[in-house]
Amino acid sequence: MCLAFPGKIVELDGNRAVVDFGGVRQEVDVSLLEDVKVGDWVLVHTGFAIQKMTEEEAKASLEVWEEVLKHMEEELDELEGP
Amino acid sequence: MMSSRDRRRLIHELTARIEEIARELDEVTIMHVCGSHERTIVEHGLRSLLPENVNLVCGPGCPVCVTTPGEIAAAVKAAEEGFTVCAFGDVYRVPSPEGSLSSAEGEVIVVQSARKAEEIAEERDNDVLYLAVGFETTAPTTAAVLKDDPPSNFYVLSAHRLIPPAMEWLISKGSGVDAFICPGHVSTIIGTKPYERVAEEVPCVVAGFEPEDVLLATLACLKMIAEGKTGVVNEYKRAVREEGNPVALKVMNEVFEPEDRPWRGFPTIPDSALALKDEFSDHDATEIGVEPDYSLGSDPRCICDRILRGEATPRDCPLFGDECTPLDPVGPCMVSEEGPCFIEYRYGGGTT
Ligand code: SF4
Repeated sequence: MCLAFPGKIVELDGNRAVVDFGGVRQEVDVSLLEDVKVGDWVLVHTGFAIQKMTEEEAKASLEVWEEVLKHMEEELDELEGP
Repeated sequence: MMSSRDRRRLIHELTARIEEIARELDEVTIMHVCGSHERTIVEHGLRSLLPENVNLVCGPGCPVCVTTPGEIAAAVKAAEEGFTVCAFGDVYRVPSPEGSLSSAEGEVIVVQSARKAEEIAEERDNDVLYLAVGFETTAPTTAAVLKDDPPSNFYVLSAHRLIPPAMEWLISKGSGVDAFICPGHVSTIIGTKPYERVAEEVPCVVAGFEPEDVLLATLACLKMIAEGKTGVVNEYKRAVREEGNPVALKVMNEVFEPEDRPWRGFPTIPDSALALKDEFSDHDATEIGVEPDYSLGSDPRCICDRILRGEATPRDCPLFGDECTPLDPVGPCMVSEEGPCFIEYRYGGGTT
């Protein structure tokens, strides 16, 4: 139920979009996001798009993991003790 | 996409670093509060990759599981009284003292979204009850439908609950949790700020749902514990912005207000559930007599309550895989796809 999947918007009509999930298409409500357009990647939960992503983020490539690691180490370094 | 070789190398590197830090530490308990994290952990056997002194435990992260028997019973009774009840498939077989929705004598329709429940109400003359289950990820979807001027026969029984208050409760009760892995998709909506109060006490790391995400988050928790640091770290920047999703938050706050409510396995947790605001009372099922009895209990043999508090695992339950299976469940943790017992049964290497 907390599941959410990334997909690409292929059609848009007001708040109704058609999102392509690697070949499977589904109608999705985009009213919880601002400024979406055809071609955007979105994270979809129970028929609603809940966040925009980039294509690279959606696909979690090796470069993405390297970025994640780098950012996380920076964040950790900035933290202080209690 | 990553090749499986790259992937293996990354996982190997992460587990080696986890091992190195864990050597400096005593026994550590890291709790996640998301059924999807439990699934990643069990499906990929991540617990077996962690050092013995690192316990990765499951908390109250399955929204169906923490819904009280009284809320399920209220929906079952509504079906029997003539409502058409719409609910997510995950709730369909959950037992209650009034039976389950699957056995209710009345019309029950499994839906995949709040929008679908509203569309069913459009087509019907009778009253339609949407049993709204879910955390902050799902609550905005219910809110969006309620804001869209639904038909007058559309009623919502809100079982929506909020994650940070439950984490605060666990910490205030001295539950022995040394760090939290925070739920990725809840955080997509709420952002990272709501964890700050918990993070004053223990490290919090927001994580995604790939095995790499969970290992990275575990590594970050251990590093913070080892260095005596605390705070909120966002490992899931791919989908979680610091401010969350402001549109969804606005819609959610326009429709709902926080309310004190018990959870399965927990007493009343302050401000931990969402009730419909007065402006939406025309669609509030509790206004027309669909009122959950929170004092109702469940099968005393089921230990879901202890599992949801991180005190036991599914295999500690004598009924697991024997008297209790996904087709014939005794407790909600065996029903929901996010339930720890279901996940262990399905992905945890059989029933032995
Ligand atoms: S195995 Fe069944 S009875 Fe035991 S805790 Fe899980 S859901 Fe409850």
